[in-house]
Amino acid sequence: MKKLSLAKLYDFFAAIAAKEALYLPVNNEVGKAEYKRWSEGVELSHQLNTLRSAKDFFFPQTENLMEFKMEGKKIDIIDTREACDDFVIFGVRACDAASFDILDRVYLVDPVDSYYKNRREHGTVITHACGKPAETCFCGTFGIDAADPKGDITVWDVEDGYVFRANTEKGEKLMAATADLFEDTDDKAVKAEQDKVREILAKMPLADLTTEGVGAGLTKEVFDRPEWASLSESCLGCGTCTFVCPTCQCYDIRDFDTGHGIQRFRCWDSCMYSDFTKMSAGQPRPTQLERFRQRFMHKLVYFPDNNDGVFGCVGCGRCLSRCPISMNIVKVMKTLAKGGNK
Amino acid sequence: MEETLIPYAGIVTKITGQTPDVKTFRVEAPEGGKLFEHKPGQCAMLSVPGVSEAMISITSSPTNKEYMEFSVKKCGCLSGWLHGMDEGQMITVRGPYGRPFPVDDELAGKNLVFVAGGIGLAPLRSVINYVRDNRDKYGRVDIIYGSRSKDDLVYYDEIVSEWMNTPDFHVHLTIDREQEGWDGHVGFVPNYIEEVGLNPINTCALMCGPPIMIKFSLPNLLKVGFDKTQIYTTMELRMKCGIGKCGRCNIGNKYVCKDGPVFRFDQLDELPGEY
Ligand SMILES: Cc1cc2nc3c(=O)[nH]c(=O)nc-3n(C[C@H](O)[C@H](O)[C@H](O)COP(=O)(O)OP(=O)(O)OC[C@H]3O[C@@H](n4cnc5c(N)ncnc54)[C@H](O)[C@@H]3O)c2cc1C
Ligand code: SF4
Ligand code: SF4
Ligand code: FES
Repeated sequence: MKKLSLAKLYDFFAAIAAKEALYLPVNNEVGKAEYKRWSEGVELSHQLNTLRSAKDFFFPQTENLMEFKMEGKKIDIIDTREACDDFVIFGVRACDAASFDILDRVYLVDPVDSYYKNRREHGTVITHACGKPAETCFCGTFGIDAADPKGDITVWDVEDGYVFRANTEKGEKLMAATADLFEDTDDKAVKAEQDKVREILAKMPLADLTTEGVGAGLTKEVFDRPEWASLSESCLGCGTCTFVCPTCQCYDIRDFDTGHGIQRFRCWDSCMYSDFTKMSAGQPRPTQLERFRQRFMHKLVYFPDNNDGVFGCVGCGRCLSRCPISMNIVKVMKTLAKGGNK
Repeated sequence: MEETLIPYAGIVTKITGQTPDVKTFRVEAPEGGKLFEHKPGQCAMLSVPGVSEAMISITSSPTNKEYMEFSVKKCGCLSGWLHGMDEGQMITVRGPYGRPFPVDDELAGKNLVFVAGGIGLAPLRSVINYVRDNRDKYGRVDIIYGSRSKDDLVYYDEIVSEWMNTPDFHVHLTIDREQEGWDGHVGFVPNYIEEVGLNPINTCALMCGPPIMIKFSLPNLLKVGFDKTQIYTTMELRMKCGIGKCGRCNIGNKYVCKDGPVFRFDQLDELPGEY
């Protein structure tokens, strides 16, 4: 482990930014944190987490996939892919770091999504252990440790500075390149910080939330639960929960006529929308009940089914604070846990 | 690096009108030959950039080494555009996608019953011609195929001139209502299943067609002695990526584009009935 003194944090940022793009949480005009590119004078936000998740770095809201030139009966396919520049994200929380593992399980399995892989390969993730978890946090329910996040490098706040630990080769490389800013340290201060955070976590309102009643192999039990009707009753189908979610992966592919050719791009889509599955022959999910159920079945049953029991939610709490009708995955889990499936 | 979302460009070298609303498109690589190999039951994403992209079954058999064929029903954006274009036009194709019919394992050595309605014959035609080209690997073949009218029977010429003349191929055509110039069977496919006299022993059934036909045909296949483990079908859900990533086409924990479109009925029973 290496220590960076308080005074040197911005030297560290400057050292990275001299070589590659550095992004970190910065307060916006209304005091909410958003990832921004760092340059001299930009200040790191002290908010717990960013409004939007960090998935944008690897799976952006829209991205160009390819282009076509059309001439008479001829079509030219233009592969517009190019290696993306190296970049560093600083300040990713444990939940968002865990969401990358979930997206990897979708986009990096065969056939690999080369757009996603390109960004993953060129991005270095520096995670920041949480000091003050919020009431909406429940990453612990899914076995995620807010006091020991994953990532290429993990950073902890300690009394007079920051302690860094490289976890991967990429992380080692970045730390080696900035080695003169750091001094050696042991893990004592980190242990103390972790104990403190875990103590806070244990007292959080959602600390007792369990995955009882959901998980791999429970499709039959959960799908037919009558409670889906009341849970989904007020859902507006606005899709907010899917857009703020770091693990939501659904996309649409569309074409755009630029005037000089056709651009094929993809953009986030939402299973909460009625036209998501609409067909000429019919609609497998005709009402909001089926759409709502799909979102939670996917995260809590289907995804674990296909991924060694790993859940498709990281407990970041964004959907808890953003849903206009205050419906959310925690309410769903609590309802499903109430033994009705026996 | 490879990227399955980036298609190949192919040339439509021949367009054949099958019925008033179905046309078959022959597609070849610009340098000639096929764009890629496939197995019976697999699909491909066809597109005209700027129009849209749609999943279509590869109706030609993999034993056809010269070209691929797709039969498309006119129903919307892309299909409408394809119906309006001329031979020589390029389109884009990507694939093959999905799990095929198990022609070389579970189906090998079996008698086969094909049950189809309307354009549902398209994916089965790939299997049927594969079986014709590997005739000694399979037993008796029964094909029960129906449409609204004689004009709506796809591949009619091929059925009459080739399938009906293949050894131990028994083709049973039917149309919904009496029609002048038709002296064949009249009636719905599900009822016809009971009438043709099928023997379920050492036999597998492959069924594709409109949902209503499937719904009424399944119980009749069971009635004449088939077990759900002997009956295969293909599922159709809305698709975008074709590779299990865009999150659109799942039934329970299975993605139809990747884990299907071919399913056995006992496998479907394991999934929620959301299709
Ligand atoms: C595995 C699979 C195999 C298929 N094989 C064939 C085939 O061999 N021949 C053929 O003609 N069609 C086939 N289809 C159906 C075909 O993909 C759709 O009909 C497609 O919408 C046609 O595209 P379009 O641009 O013409 O229609 P669009 O303009 O996109 O849509 C017209 C209408 O169809 C709806 N729609 C969109 N996607 C689908 C879908 N997947 N299924 C049904 N309706 C849809 C739209 O909501 C709209 O109401 C297959 C579908 C799947 C999933
Ligand atoms: S479902 Fe809600 S709590 Fe879970 S990862 Fe998505 S936004 Fe966060
Ligand atoms: S659960 Fe809430 S945020 Fe999600 S679609 Fe429904 S109303 Fe919108
Ligand atoms: S079409 Fe995208 S997941 Fe099946």
